[in-house]
Amino acid sequence: MKSNKARRKNYITYAIAVGAFAVTMILIFTGNASRHMQSMLVPICINIILAVSLNLVVGILGELSLGHAGFMSVGAYAGCLFSIYMEQMLPAVIRFPLAMLAGGLVAAVFGIIVGIPVLRLKGDYLAIVTLAFGEIIRSIIINLNFTGGAAGLKNTPQDATFISAFVVVLLTLIVVLNLISSKQGRAIMSLRDNAIAAESCGIHIGYYKLMAFVVAAFFAGVAGVIYGHNYSILTAGTFDYNKSIEILVIVVLGGMGSIRGSMIAAIVMTVLPEALRFLSDYRMLIYAVILIVIMLCSASQTVLKLKEQLKAVFFGQKNGKEEI
Amino acid sequence: MMNKTKMVPFPSHAIVPERDVDKMPVLDARNLGMDFGGLVAVDDFSLLIGRTEIAGLIGPNGAGKTTVFNLLTNVYHPTRGAILLDGVSTEGKSTAQVNAMGIARTFQNIRLFSDMSVLDNVKVGLHNHIHERFLSAVTHAFGYTKAEKKANTRALELLDVFHMADHAFALAGSLPYGAQRRLEIVRALATEPKILLLDEPAAGMNPSETLELMNNIRKIRDEFQIAVLLIEHDMNLVMNICEGICVLNYGKIIAKGTAEQIKHNPVVIEAYLGNKGE
Repeated sequence: MKSNKARRKNYITYAIAVGAFAVTMILIFTGNASRHMQSMLVPICINIILAVSLNLVVGILGELSLGHAGFMSVGAYAGCLFSIYMEQMLPAVIRFPLAMLAGGLVAAVFGIIVGIPVLRLKGDYLAIVTLAFGEIIRSIIINLNFTGGAAGLKNTPQDATFISAFVVVLLTLIVVLNLISSKQGRAIMSLRDNAIAAESCGIHIGYYKLMAFVVAAFFAGVAGVIYGHNYSILTAGTFDYNKSIEILVIVVLGGMGSIRGSMIAAIVMTVLPEALRFLSDYRMLIYAVILIVIMLCSASQTVLKLKEQLKAVFFGQKNGKEEI
Repeated sequence: MMNKTKMVPFPSHAIVPERDVDKMPVLDARNLGMDFGGLVAVDDFSLLIGRTEIAGLIGPNGAGKTTVFNLLTNVYHPTRGAILLDGVSTEGKSTAQVNAMGIARTFQNIRLFSDMSVLDNVKVGLHNHIHERFLSAVTHAFGYTKAEKKANTRALELLDVFHMADHAFALAGSLPYGAQRRLEIVRALATEPKILLLDEPAAGMNPSETLELMNNIRKIRDEFQIAVLLIEHDMNLVMNICEGICVLNYGKIIAKGTAEQIKHNPVVIEAYLGNKGE
């Protein structure tokens, strides 16, 4: 049965995540991971959460949102403020999960507030309005007192660890992949494929668009909280539209609608700029060239054919059995 | 111009076949009108459809047939008039709500969810009959497995009616044309409608496919006990399976009646059918 195949595909995604985690842990315990490498682990997790959640909006719902960093910042500030105020009262083990929940929920509330008017728009208009939302959030945060203003929010306890971040990655994957293969997920995908037909099948367009948008905002908020608890200092400038675009690049690179792709692309895109550091001045130039080459290759027919052939060579017999 | 015959009981705008006469009509459209700016697209459109009737809506291109479908499903909200489904007005309802009330439709230009599997297309149709809450969707627990199993069984059953269960896991967009049209009908049926609106179901089909379609439409009525209203230009199909026919020209009904009556109606011949051999 093919429905089992979909489930198996999900398990492979989980296996890749857990496998990568296990390898990294082994490297750390055997002392083979440099400090520099270890410092990249939490940012990788953050980018995976961001990319997977944005993919829910861009790839599964099919609406271009450029305000993901906005939700990230709302969540980050809410979660970090929570931790700062609760630092004396709660131990880190309880504080950090609660901070993530708080950040996620605040971001989700913003998702509802922004989503209700914005999701009436389509395509380019929606993209531009979400972009504007991100910028508005940023300027509001800079001008508020309790967020630390332009100087930034300092003294967040450094609660984020690779293990806790990985647990959140796993939870994000489970929630998003489960959602996709459910009644709600099918409704969301049907809106992407043909909204008019979906509505004539009894699907409430506004409700399901908002659902995808809010779930994505929630996880963006959680990613923001981890970010704040990793660096201990938050500045509003971090969450500008460049950040939103960066997440979008990961989603596009990994393949729209492919959760596993987003995960792998997030790892590549976080490691790549660091790995190119030896190029010093030419770093960003080479980085951009590599991006262009990857994009061209992933869209090229020749490469796709090659991929199919490789698949046939490695899994040919296995596929043959499945047919029967 | 209105045909008043024995076939047409009270009120005079009914084209209810005899066996449905003593029952309440499933669809009652009363004096529907739709203006686009100054243009009157549909005017004074009244129609009764019996509980298990197969009815046809015909007329020249641009007569307003698809507009009528869009009015019945509240894609456009009528400027004038009322629509009663099982005696309940659909006024102010959204397209999704109208579907939940019991009107399902297909489209002139096929609108499938082409990047989803055939099975998932049908399961989208089953949407309002699958009992899964957000929590069970996200966790895949709390009744998820049971609900999905039930949905899968039902979807396969429906596909099987049209001999499509073998293609359940193919992408909807990869199906051949005729199968895509059939899938659209299956998806509409999955919403458990009381009346099914088919917009040019035979468009682009060869004679043998059309014949199969005719059998399928009868099968739908007999097995599901629902009414069917179809727009079609293939007169062979319309005259063969429709018990009541309504002819539209320039947004107005110019004739109603049985296939025999319509065939010989001079007004219809003038406006749409044309004279044979002249």
